[in-house]
Amino acid sequence: MTDDYIKHKYDPILPQKDEWPVVKLSKSRKEFVQRIASHSKDSVINITGNNIELLKEELETTLYREKLRIKQNPWLVDPDDEDDFWANVKSALVQLSSETNGSEESKKKGYHEILDNITSRYAEEIASNFKHSHYKATRKIVTFGFSRLLNAGRVKGLMSIFSKQYSLEDKIQIIGETEQIRNLASKGTVVMVPTHFSNLDSILIGWTISTLGMPPFIYGAGLNLFNIQIFAYFMDALGAYKVDRRKKNLIYLETLKTYSSEAIQFGCHSLFFPGGTRSRSGKIESKLKLGLLSTAIGAQRANYEKGLNDIGGKVFIVPVTINYHFVLEAPSLIKEHLSLTGQERYYKETDEFSTSYKISKFLVKFFTKGSDISVSIGKAMDILGNYVDKEGNSLDKDDRIIDCRDYFISNGKVTEDPQREEVYTQKLGERIVEEYHKINRIFSSHLVAFTAFEMIKKNNNKMDLFSLLRLPEEDLILEYSDFRSECQRVLNRIMEIRSEGLVHVAPHLKQGLDDIINHGLSNVGMYHAKRPLIKTQEGQITTQDMSLLYFYHNRLDGYDLEKLFK
Amino acid sequence: MTLKNSSNNSDKPVGVIGIGSFGTAIANILAAKSKVIVYARKQEIVDEINQKHTVEGRTLHENISATTDPELICDSCEVMFPVVSSSGFREVMQKFAPFLHPYHILIHGTKGLALNLPDGKSLEDVNRIKRENICTMSEVILNETVVVRVGCLAGPNLAKELSKGQPAATVVASRFNEVILEGQRLLRSDKFQVYGNQDIIGVELSGVLKNTIAIASGALAGLGLGENARGLLISRGMVELIHLGNALGGQTQSFIGLAGIGDLVATCSSTLSRNYTVGYRLAQGESLEEINNSMEEVAEGINTVKLMKTFLEGSGMRAPITENLYKVLFEGFKVEDALHYLMKYPFNVDIDFL
Repeated sequence: MTDDYIKHKYDPILPQKDEWPVVKLSKSRKEFVQRIASHSKDSVINITGNNIELLKEELETTLYREKLRIKQNPWLVDPDDEDDFWANVKSALVQLSSETNGSEESKKKGYHEILDNITSRYAEEIASNFKHSHYKATRKIVTFGFSRLLNAGRVKGLMSIFSKQYSLEDKIQIIGETEQIRNLASKGTVVMVPTHFSNLDSILIGWTISTLGMPPFIYGAGLNLFNIQIFAYFMDALGAYKVDRRKKNLIYLETLKTYSSEAIQFGCHSLFFPGGTRSRSGKIESKLKLGLLSTAIGAQRANYEKGLNDIGGKVFIVPVTINYHFVLEAPSLIKEHLSLTGQERYYKETDEFSTSYKISKFLVKFFTKGSDISVSIGKAMDILGNYVDKEGNSLDKDDRIIDCRDYFISNGKVTEDPQREEVYTQKLGERIVEEYHKINRIFSSHLVAFTAFEMIKKNNNKMDLFSLLRLPEEDLILEYSDFRSECQRVLNRIMEIRSEGLVHVAPHLKQGLDDIINHGLSNVGMYHAKRPLIKTQEGQITTQDMSLLYFYHNRLDGYDLEKLFK
Repeated sequence: MTLKNSSNNSDKPVGVIGIGSFGTAIANILAAKSKVIVYARKQEIVDEINQKHTVEGRTLHENISATTDPELICDSCEVMFPVVSSSGFREVMQKFAPFLHPYHILIHGTKGLALNLPDGKSLEDVNRIKRENICTMSEVILNETVVVRVGCLAGPNLAKELSKGQPAATVVASRFNEVILEGQRLLRSDKFQVYGNQDIIGVELSGVLKNTIAIASGALAGLGLGENARGLLISRGMVELIHLGNALGGQTQSFIGLAGIGDLVATCSSTLSRNYTVGYRLAQGESLEEINNSMEEVAEGINTVKLMKTFLEGSGMRAPITENLYKVLFEGFKVEDALHYLMKYPFNVDIDFL
């Protein structure tokens, strides 16, 4: 993968929309949802060991939690008949447990029926509403609308709005293994796993996928996003299925996993944000949520069980990093990060993205001012993190072709072993994190934010993080000459790491140091009311918001660069 | 994936890589239930096994055959037990790597560590090492081959006692339940109990770190000291083992299990142990060189002390027994002086890890 971006036009890999897996899926949506419901039901029965008492307990827990959720945390998108549905579940449960003379068999049937109702409802709720006409319209809005905005901002003059001087491809640079992902997407099934910093990511990735000429990927989008109409429209159009983070009961989670696994087996390319949620700290994800990831491994095994041993049944994992100078939600993300003291607690979702108006305002700002974004496509891997060649064959570290099916073989047969797949999922997660750091593209703004924060930290080396964030203004001032020489040290080290192939840098990091620093200062968190880093009139470097500086600094976490300041 | 895998595992031969004294003992235990193929580097050893059913005088079960061909053993066996010394382990794995597949299961029995430094560097070139520069044998397997289903054997398993058929037990550790079950199925007998543990790193480290304490125990015996001193050493050694083991990523529970305390007590009390013998002869006034030259197989503890001492310097941790052993082994310190130093060392808390 090179650092430099080459502007490129990509032809669609499947010109006929009828060939798109996501279109095929939406055509057979009804049967698909039914299959999900029945498979999820089987897997819940399996997990409860076919024991009625355990199943009953699981149903009761689910009922209790769902009623609590409806009462305490209702959302706009929630269907109106929720109360009725759960009231019915309740009365069915009460009736079953009061029946004393019913046979064991009829009781079992009763509980299975209730379970079936719940999984059917969940499956229906999760399933996507992909419509090709919407997809086309969205694509047009995004590319046409955004590029108009872009040119209006940059090209001077009355006719600027019709200029074609800049296109979205200049603004959002796609670099890396683009040909490989296109090639594999036309032969096998791709699971894309990007880093996640902003709610904008899903739209960005959707646009990237379509620019690369690939059919839409399906992905799980937080149900909260469907509260906002403009997002709901985009999401439906991009093939999103719905993930409701409020529902943490076993039955829901099983249905969700089954959906993902079956869709991959169906051949639908998928998109997971394996961090689970936006990175609150601004760090590249280091601990991944393994639930959805495990469905990629399960789907691969299921394909081998079905005898799909060639590339058509192979699942490819493609890590992607998205690099920004600026994350709109940074102030609230870092605040949440700091207030969460190690424990996962419940909190209300975001504020900046709360209304369509605010988002539109941001988009206008974003496309009319500077600040570029780059999307780095990593090398494709098999489900255990081995790189693959052009034909999709898994390779070991000496480039010997290995058979991925062998990972599931025991006694000469493909077998299902949940504990084994659990370990595989952890390994895959570790590999993805490793790849993230390699394909990550360092920007000038990351460099200046990192250096400034580490310098302030070093000047106050007795303090813990929280005292650092409360430092008085006068302790936050850095002399430009010191700052400059420290930036040089960090940059030198980054270039060393780069030469080992462990990170990438943006082309603008190859200018003179003063230009890099100026570029970084003018771009780091550029739209925030309080800037994370500025140059004062006296030519000194300081911050207006230490927490934000910390957030942007965190982007370079994980490269051992902080050792330079010890 | 043709016929060779379609049969059931139970009538497939099991592989043993390396045929030192522990390898011999394991091969004999395995041979009671399965056909065993042994890999050895030297043709004369292979010939001896195939013609006389002995290896360097030790008797082998008649179910055991031998080969010098890694490809043959990899093709014939799904489960293999690498039992080669830690210094040669990586090289052997590199030799096997082209013939290994992800369906293979490797359960090793090597109680040592390997260095993982950038190409062309040795321990003498770097004065500090970190955790990522130290590999347990399972980590070597994962680094060098495509095999992921990896396990290890550890526990009080003195080869000479095993070969006499005395009752004993071992731990099979792996992150994969199927590996533990497979190990149990192959090894379990009326005289050999097999426990499972998922903390493979902790179990490996137990086996590795106890070797240093065994050297110290031998040294105490060599000085003519009695059971009070040994009791003191074993319990303090245990604390140090847990301290270091935690720093390297093992769980405390594993260190107080069969592979930890069990093995520690066995090796610290036995004249059959190589590491114990090294300590004993040191205390009798022999030099390390003399001892090394006269021993048939390596005492893993020597290498471990060297590695751990460098690791300690990099991490800023203290481990007085290991540090003093290093001085005795490599800096010409007298055992008496080291002991004197340890008796003055300000330990005051008995147990601080539970």
